[in-house]
Amino acid sequence: MGENMNKQAQLDPPPGMVEKRGSRLWLTHLLMIVGILVVFFPIWLAFVASTVTQVEIVRPPMPLWPGDQFLENYKRAIFSGVNVPVATMLFNSLVMALGIAIGKIAISLISAFAIVYFRFPGRTMLFWLIFITLMLPVEVRIVPTYEVVAGFGLLNSYSGLIFPLIASATATFLFRQFFMTIPDELAEAARVDGARPMRFFVDIVVPMSRTNIAALFVIFFIYGWNQYLWPLLITTEPDMNTIVMGIKQMFPSGDDTADWPVIMATSILAMIPPVVIVISMQKLFVRGLVDSEK
Amino acid sequence: MADLVLHNVKKRFGRTEVIHGVSAHIQDGEFIVIVGPSGCGKSTLLRMVAGLESISEGEIQIAGHRVNEKEPMDRDIAMVFQNYALYPHMSVRQNMAYGLKIAGKPKDEIDKRVAEASRLLQLEAYLDRRPRQLSGGQRQRVAMGRAIVREPSVFLFDEPLSNLDAKLRVQMRLEIRELQSRLGITSLYVTHDQVEAMTMADRMIVMNDGVAEQIGTPLDVYETPHTLFAAQFIGSPAMNVFDGELRGGAVNVGDIVVGPAAGPDAPVKLGLRPEHLTQDPNGTLEAVIQMSEPLGANTLLHGRLTATGDAITLSLPGVHLVNDMNASMRFSVEPRHIHLFDPADGKRLTS
Repeated sequence: MGENMNKQAQLDPPPGMVEKRGSRLWLTHLLMIVGILVVFFPIWLAFVASTVTQVEIVRPPMPLWPGDQFLENYKRAIFSGVNVPVATMLFNSLVMALGIAIGKIAISLISAFAIVYFRFPGRTMLFWLIFITLMLPVEVRIVPTYEVVAGFGLLNSYSGLIFPLIASATATFLFRQFFMTIPDELAEAARVDGARPMRFFVDIVVPMSRTNIAALFVIFFIYGWNQYLWPLLITTEPDMNTIVMGIKQMFPSGDDTADWPVIMATSILAMIPPVVIVISMQKLFVRGLVDSEK
Repeated sequence: MADLVLHNVKKRFGRTEVIHGVSAHIQDGEFIVIVGPSGCGKSTLLRMVAGLESISEGEIQIAGHRVNEKEPMDRDIAMVFQNYALYPHMSVRQNMAYGLKIAGKPKDEIDKRVAEASRLLQLEAYLDRRPRQLSGGQRQRVAMGRAIVREPSVFLFDEPLSNLDAKLRVQMRLEIRELQSRLGITSLYVTHDQVEAMTMADRMIVMNDGVAEQIGTPLDVYETPHTLFAAQFIGSPAMNVFDGELRGGAVNVGDIVVGPAAGPDAPVKLGLRPEHLTQDPNGTLEAVIQMSEPLGANTLLHGRLTATGDAITLSLPGVHLVNDMNASMRFSVEPRHIHLFDPADGKRLTS
């Protein structure tokens, strides 16, 4: 009896968690499944549309199950596309997303390091300046930024795609908060060990921040990948299109019919890299958001 | 191997002076403990020796060379921090080797020194672990190891044992002392624990309010404290202090003659150590006992002097169970155990 009660106690959820049993358990699962179906349905439709022929799509009712044109449509999308092969756009997007993610992390790591570990005139003011820029989204400063980028002749280039988006107040702020939790003694121990500031940065600070770096990398990769307005403004040549804006460019302007199977295949292809990044870095990502290694 | 000289060292933060000129000459191989209450400036003084704080005035010399302007790494010192300050992402081996790696020592020499230190500290089995996977005592040893591999002239310890539990502290105390005497490296050790100071020090520096109140061997400080502060800080339980008076060659508390003492008639502070008071039916001092704390080997009795009502603590050998609280007890003290201090500045009056 006593043993049974002990077992029961082990099975019970810890206090504070809501307990669900029997019908309520089924109900919550049912609700979750319905929720997932609702969210997943458009993606399913896109996938279906990418595996059938143009004729089948235009003729009502819409097909709900995949057809046999999968290889055909994807081959067409990747190697020829509408304006430019999707492979090119994927590559452009990859360069842009990686450039933005790596650049943002590199810059904000260094600036946070400067703000936390060095005393120099205007330190507080600079920190607040960075902090204030948090309030300005890309759209607000897009016209002057365009002027500058055009003036430097960076239209239709990777530099033009990456540099204006590379500074990050958010990441600087997050790294600053993290650095401030690193005990001072660690910096002092490194000093006694003979590490100069940059050595301390490379050997101690960066490795200690690696879970934070991973989390921010995921966030910024997706941020970069999903950029729409900025690439749309500064890339006029199809060769420089990124995939997210490229999908829009695939729609015909006049009376031509849209090539739906190819467009849908492109959409599905556009979704894959962010998903891969999130899934492959999930462990680090969650750890980085939840706890820091000290 | 080197001696360490502090010459009138002062520290100011802005306009506040926190260390008011400390001088000391520490011999090669000596183990010096700086002891004092929180905020007395002992850690600041240590950090000035380490080079982590600038020196506002005065001079610090290591092995005869002025080091005021030198970076910590150029001072030939190694430091053990209170929270160990181990690099969390490095293994024990990497932690110990880091300083040598930066100094650009050849790999086989680094390996040799790390192996030697880890053998000395019994860390061989843990070399590939991360600090997180070690117990408090082991982390402490790694911190020691990191200091040892540098083969410095001076070891600096900043309250290294205060994060350990009582039993481990006693053990590590012995280990550190033994290691230091084996290596013969000049050491400066900061603590607020007077037991650590008494047991470990060759000589101790008793600090209070940024001033070195007394520098001397533990027994010196215990037997002839130079100031009232040193008298009360060193020794456990703390020394009893009463307002007394010198009258006609004897020291009095209220109307009671405690014992003979030389000097002109004047008010004095009278210090009596609890362990120097002996039970004596003919003694002149009488106290009402209010509480007893039997510790096994000895018993602490807390009470009040009948004459003046001052609180007094006695430490008597053996077990003294006091059944009748508020019983009065007579006791006396040998004249050589009477400490007298100037009530104005707390300085010792000649004994």
